[in-house]
Amino acid sequence: MLNRISTYFYQRPKLVLAIFLTPPLLYMVVVYLGSLFSLLINSFFAIDDFTGMVIREFTLKTYLQIFTPANREIFMRTATMAFLVTIVDALIAFPLAYYIAKFASPKLKTWLLIAVTIPLWSSYLVRVYAWKLILAKEGILSWFINLFHLTGALDWLLSLPGIGGSSLSLSPIGMFIVFVYIWLPYMIIPIQTALERVPGSLLEASSDLGAKPSQTFRTVILPLAFPGVVAGSIFTFSLTLGDFIVPLTLGNSKFFIGQAVYSYQGTGGNIPLAAAMTMGPVVIMVVYLLIARRLGAFDAL
Amino acid sequence: MNNPSAPAIRFEKVSRHFGDVKAVDQVDLEIGDGEFFSMLGPSGSGKTTCLRMIAGFDRPTSGSIHLYGKEVSSLPPYDRDVNTVFQDYALFPHMNVGDNIAYGLMVKKVAKEERQKRVDEMLELVQLSGFAGRKPSQLSGGQRQRVALARALINHPKVLLLDEPLGALDLKLRQQMQIELKSIQKRVGITFIFVTHDQEEAITMSDRIAVFSQGRIEQIGSPSDIYERPASAFVAGFVGTSNLVSGEVAKRIIGSDQTFSIRPEKIRLGSANDKPAADMLSLDGIIRDVVYLGLYTRYLVEVDGSVDLVVIEQNLKTTSMDVLSAKGQKVRLSWHKDHMSRLGG
Repeated sequence: MLNRISTYFYQRPKLVLAIFLTPPLLYMVVVYLGSLFSLLINSFFAIDDFTGMVIREFTLKTYLQIFTPANREIFMRTATMAFLVTIVDALIAFPLAYYIAKFASPKLKTWLLIAVTIPLWSSYLVRVYAWKLILAKEGILSWFINLFHLTGALDWLLSLPGIGGSSLSLSPIGMFIVFVYIWLPYMIIPIQTALERVPGSLLEASSDLGAKPSQTFRTVILPLAFPGVVAGSIFTFSLTLGDFIVPLTLGNSKFFIGQAVYSYQGTGGNIPLAAAMTMGPVVIMVVYLLIARRLGAFDAL
Repeated sequence: MNNPSAPAIRFEKVSRHFGDVKAVDQVDLEIGDGEFFSMLGPSGSGKTTCLRMIAGFDRPTSGSIHLYGKEVSSLPPYDRDVNTVFQDYALFPHMNVGDNIAYGLMVKKVAKEERQKRVDEMLELVQLSGFAGRKPSQLSGGQRQRVALARALINHPKVLLLDEPLGALDLKLRQQMQIELKSIQKRVGITFIFVTHDQEEAITMSDRIAVFSQGRIEQIGSPSDIYERPASAFVAGFVGTSNLVSGEVAKRIIGSDQTFSIRPEKIRLGSANDKPAADMLSLDGIIRDVVYLGLYTRYLVEVDGSVDLVVIEQNLKTTSMDVLSAKGQKVRLSWHKDHMSRLGG
């Protein structure tokens, strides 16, 4: 009996494929793309200013609200933060990923990869709150800075207009530090994976052909690791773009996109505007991916 | 600094240890200018480590390496006038064939027109004109092999190192590339050092061969030296097949129990009452097994009820029917006394 069943399926590979593929495909189309689509639809509705009810009629009115100076500023602030976080994460992650991929012994490699991913085992909220305490005025970081008699430098940093604040935890600098920390694993892992796939013989060949280490880095390592950097930057950039916990917990009262979406759909009760605001990061990411493709980031995939 | 009359490569008591493992153990070696030199040995015998130390990917634990009289042991690869053709070719996947070949000139900042000219020359040398725009992934194994060769030769290295470059090719292509490599070497006149575990390949191409075993060189010599006068049981067994005879049987034939080796194809198979000529040595035996291989037949002959000798005869006049019926026959084996070699170790 069992034999006959397996023979039946063996002779019909397409049926087997259909059985295995249907559930994930359904999930993907209905739940995942469906919710994105309903988001898109909602962004073309508007709210009645008087009753606060959603009017289900096509309009571009909601999108126009995005371009008010206040909202434009939110977009700029968030995109700038996401951009800087991505750059700094890439700069920190690259040497680490390179070391893990090319120099660490197999045993050390396992330990380093565990060390990189360990923060992801604990709740993201807990880590953000932990950072709030670390960065607080009476926190461990300012105690440490005081130990090295650098309080003056910290005060100067916090007095800078735009990025300063009354303490690290209440300034954009603090928020930046936490963003860089919290998304770093998402940058290290893709770069490490990309570098892992570069055979050691390519680096030897480059050196053999007369390239100094810096030339090998520029002409061989960097181009081959670039898809990994782009993959990592997609994570860090989009995660920063959509996050609302970090701006809510740290920094000053100035809004970020995620925060704005959160308050519009919650206390504001303005679902269409929240949806339209959400489409912002989506559009930014699409443009970002197109640029990355133009730069050849996906050629080596 | 460079001395043209000095040997291309000289090893002076070179050792390379990995922990307790002596990958290369006190090797002395001289390779002449313009030689096609092969390092032959099983995997783990130290031949590749020697090559990597010449290239600069590895450094000797002790001893020194000289390139045309200049000590290079501690120079980085990019400061040595040697280039390597890698076993996996190591072509840069993100560059096309032209850029791969031009790489060495590019990093040395040679002008673009000059680069273009020399790339074209190289493509012609390896018979790949018109392939400059292709990506390595669009090439066959044999073509990649040629690109790797062109990429190394464009720098006019003093010595070219080849690390089992033909290992990944199929038999026909490998034989064709062996002849081509040899002719390219003659044309460019560069010293080639070729690492291989394939004895036939080494014999086909080399001026001289070094046979490696366990981090040491067992024998250095011309292909015919190595084949006809193996210096040790290891060489006799690794290069081609060989019959090693020792003990009682050896005593009866050569008058001492020293081990000697005799190649299967040098042994003549005659009927039991043949009278061998004066300069021939002979032994009686019984054919225990026959393997018909088309071009030739391999016989396993039992001598004295203890020693088995392999004998190979070409099927000049015999058919498979003839040879297969020979099983169980009594035969007299004979060979010329110059064809055997007494082994030291």
